[in-house]
Amino acid sequence: MRVLAVLQRWLFRLGHDDHLPIVLGQRRIFIVPTAAGLLFAIVLLVMLVGAINYSLSLGHALVFLLGGLGLVGMVHSFLNLHGLRLTPGRVQPVFAGDVASFALDVENVRPQARRALEFAFAGQAMVTLDLAPASRATVAVPFVTSRRGLIEPGRVTLTTRYPLGLFRAWSYPQPAWCCVVYPKPLRTPLPVATGGTPADDRHGTSGRDDFAGLRTREPGDPTRHVAWKAVARRSDDQELLVKQFSGALRDELWLDWERTPARLGIEERLSILAGWVLTADEQQARYGLILPGLRIDPGQGGVHRGSCLRALALHEQKQTRVGG
Amino acid sequence: MSRSRPALAASPTSPLDHHVLPWLLAVALATAGPHAAHLPIWLSVLFVTALLWRAWIWRRRVLLPPRWLLALLILGTTSGIGWQFRSLFGKDAGVAMLVVFMALKPLETRSRRDALMIIMLGFFLLLTHYFYSQSIPTGLWLLAACTLLTATLIRLHGGGPSIPETLRHAGLLMLQALPFMLILYLLFPRVSGPLWGLPQDAYSGLSGLSHEMAPGSISNLIQSGAIAFRSQFAGEVPEKAELYWRGPVFDEYDGMTWRARKRPPGEPPGQPVIEASGPGHAYTTILEPHNERWLLALDLPMRLPADSALAPTFEVLAREPVRVRSRFSFVSSVDYHANRAETPETLRESLAVPADINPRARALANTWRGQSTAAVAETVLHMFREQDFRYTLRPPLLGAHPVDEFLFETRRGFCEHYASAFVFLMRAAGVPARVVAGYQGGEINPIDGYLIVRQSDAHAWAEIWVANEGWTRVDPTAAVAPSRIEQGITAALPAGEPLPGIIRLDAGWLRGLRHRWEATNNAWNQWVLGYNPQRQREVLSRIGVPDPDWRQMAALLAALCALTLLLVAVWARPPRRREDPVELAWRRYCSRLARLGLGRAEWEGPLDFAERVAREEPRLAAVTGEAARCYAELRYGRNGADQLARLRRCLRELPSYRRKTF
Repeated sequence: MRVLAVLQRWLFRLGHDDHLPIVLGQRRIFIVPTAAGLLFAIVLLVMLVGAINYSLSLGHALVFLLGGLGLVGMVHSFLNLHGLRLTPGRVQPVFAGDVASFALDVENVRPQARRALEFAFAGQAMVTLDLAPASRATVAVPFVTSRRGLIEPGRVTLTTRYPLGLFRAWSYPQPAWCCVVYPKPLRTPLPVATGGTPADDRHGTSGRDDFAGLRTREPGDPTRHVAWKAVARRSDDQELLVKQFSGALRDELWLDWERTPARLGIEERLSILAGWVLTADEQQARYGLILPGLRIDPGQGGVHRGSCLRALALHEQKQTRVGG
Repeated sequence: MSRSRPALAASPTSPLDHHVLPWLLAVALATAGPHAAHLPIWLSVLFVTALLWRAWIWRRRVLLPPRWLLALLILGTTSGIGWQFRSLFGKDAGVAMLVVFMALKPLETRSRRDALMIIMLGFFLLLTHYFYSQSIPTGLWLLAACTLLTATLIRLHGGGPSIPETLRHAGLLMLQALPFMLILYLLFPRVSGPLWGLPQDAYSGLSGLSHEMAPGSISNLIQSGAIAFRSQFAGEVPEKAELYWRGPVFDEYDGMTWRARKRPPGEPPGQPVIEASGPGHAYTTILEPHNERWLLALDLPMRLPADSALAPTFEVLAREPVRVRSRFSFVSSVDYHANRAETPETLRESLAVPADINPRARALANTWRGQSTAAVAETVLHMFREQDFRYTLRPPLLGAHPVDEFLFETRRGFCEHYASAFVFLMRAAGVPARVVAGYQGGEINPIDGYLIVRQSDAHAWAEIWVANEGWTRVDPTAAVAPSRIEQGITAALPAGEPLPGIIRLDAGWLRGLRHRWEATNNAWNQWVLGYNPQRQREVLSRIGVPDPDWRQMAALLAALCALTLLLVAVWARPPRRREDPVELAWRRYCSRLARLGLGRAEWEGPLDFAERVAREEPRLAAVTGEAARCYAELRYGRNGADQLARLRRCLRELPSYRRKTF
């Protein structure tokens, strides 16, 4: 078994492709006849026997022409992949159970078109791409996620049967790719805002729209809260100031691990937290996150939401390798 | 054109792209359509109906017929074919079955796998056309059909929707496959077929002289303008009146039909003895297959081709019936004595006539008994010449006493009537005589110098045995219609006689065109179709591989194929993209730095990189800073004249040794 694994590793060049773009050379393109190709060979054999039996000279010629066609088809299947340049692009985080799209930039530097390029992760749906001569395009290779965490989908199988379908040429590019998968959110009512946490009780309880003061802007603060007048008054163009409203202070939420039902498993509790994060974000509340060993101060906006979800995704997780 | 479409995992059973179906119907039409020429009409109607039905289904996007209906159709047509051909396994029945499959398969085609089956069936059907014709037009048609099949394969496996583009791509692939075809055609070890017994009807449809001469058998043959054989003489071509090509000899008559006599088991075979004088004419005949053993040598042969023998009645017989177009070389002399000493059995049999028919002819012949052989023959020829005998291909029907009716009532006939009546009279008068069938004359094609003998040159003449002379040819037709012998059948027949157009052609340019076409065909026959194991040996010894065994052949074949594959790959591979010199110089600079342990990360811009190099290796700070500045200016700034040169100079100044030796 180990010999086989070593052989596979050597033959299929498992392991990451660090040099970008990944250029498909002959060393990494494999080619075998398809079922249709084998059928074609059998038909040719029968035809050859027929031509010999009936002494059909043109029958010989036909069989030889078709044999040549098969060989040429093999070359063209190979060339359909040869010299492609692949560059992995960004991967947007998704929730567990959703389809992650691994963007792959495919460049064809040849003056010939490439057709019917099929990209797929092992056991996943495939996506087909046609490329015009000397052009580039981006495919989103789908990967259905099942668990939260940082997943590496493994190698992509890039297959083509074009032009004749008699041969299947494929390659295993393996970009260093990973995707953050958030826990699948479980929507439950938000915990009641306590108007402060045990760790922090400096916030007041005044109404939502009451101006409560200025503070320096943090990433994630809505633009409409920027105190433009105050900024204009200040001579030095240092950091922006934002208005703080006491209502927001009152609504400040702590999404605490401890407030999720303790009888549930880790994954369920993380799911509940993810659901809270989403709900709180939709309600434009300021919220913070407390996990065992991790605390994210209250904040607002997309970036804050992302870092919270990311923390949930990576909670007590090592990198998981999913694909082969 | 770049498009990407999501799909489920590719599977052969995935449903067919809607737009592929017209291609499949075109494939069916192109591969099975030409078979309509020799299929029963009901099958052709079925074929067209099935295709139209499928096209309608495609257009309306309605459901395919249920499976049980198709099964019923298959069952019905199979029994129809069995009834029509009396078998399901012969050549014709087999082709008919394939055509039925091709007609019905589209009606159950749903997936890509079904479509593949149609294409494979199409490839196979292409081969079956060669059972019927291997002419140049057939070859060209099948080349076109092959391109269509290839285009359909391309379309099926992800080709674009543009029809001309797909066809062009298919044509390109075919073009690249041609060298392989040539190599394999020349070098693939040829085996003489057949490998096993062929069906009964394998050679049906080959025309030529038959084993017997019944009324009308030769006149049927004369209707055909098909070529019987071509001959090429090494020296001068003999006079037209000397060109008698001997086929079967008939020496038994039952009152209606002439046949070759079957010798009883005890009788010793007569020895054919030819005493030829004169130099002899050497010639090579390319005989069209006629499924008989006789080789149609010019009277009379002095030297025979290998694997053949001279029959007691002087026709040259091959060991096996001639079933493929073959070449034979002869030397013949037109000046000869044949069997001056004939066996008594043969002479006695050559006098036999049925006892109770043709009484008037017999009575007439009886009056000549006792005269010399030559005098009797001359009397009959005189009769044919002087009385009102006519040469026509449409004679009145004859009854129970055919010779009597012909000689004394109708007096209309062609070679078989004259030869038959003449031999009957001779035998009745006591002169040993027999009928010889064969061809007479021929036409020189000025393009390639071959003498072409057609089925319309079929002829029958008589032979009488003269003491001290042996068997002597007498052609009674020549007495009636001398122009038949001297100029050919068109000159001998009055206008309005049924003759195929091709041998009637008189207009000069048409005749020239026909000569050109037939010469092309002849070359095709000899060099393409006639490429057999023997020709292959000749070609191989000419290119320096005399007498190869199969291992050498296989090695040669593999080497040449591999070489061609390489050439095709190189041809199909594009020229390498010309690299931008600026990019090239900068990349070289960076890779040399990388060897010194200062690799540039993908995301690092040139100036950032230079800063980092300056931090990590101050000794390279100046040169790297200069190089990065040059590159950045070339890339992003105003293009100065000398930046590229400066960048290259930096590259040269960079030490190429490893970092640890600093």
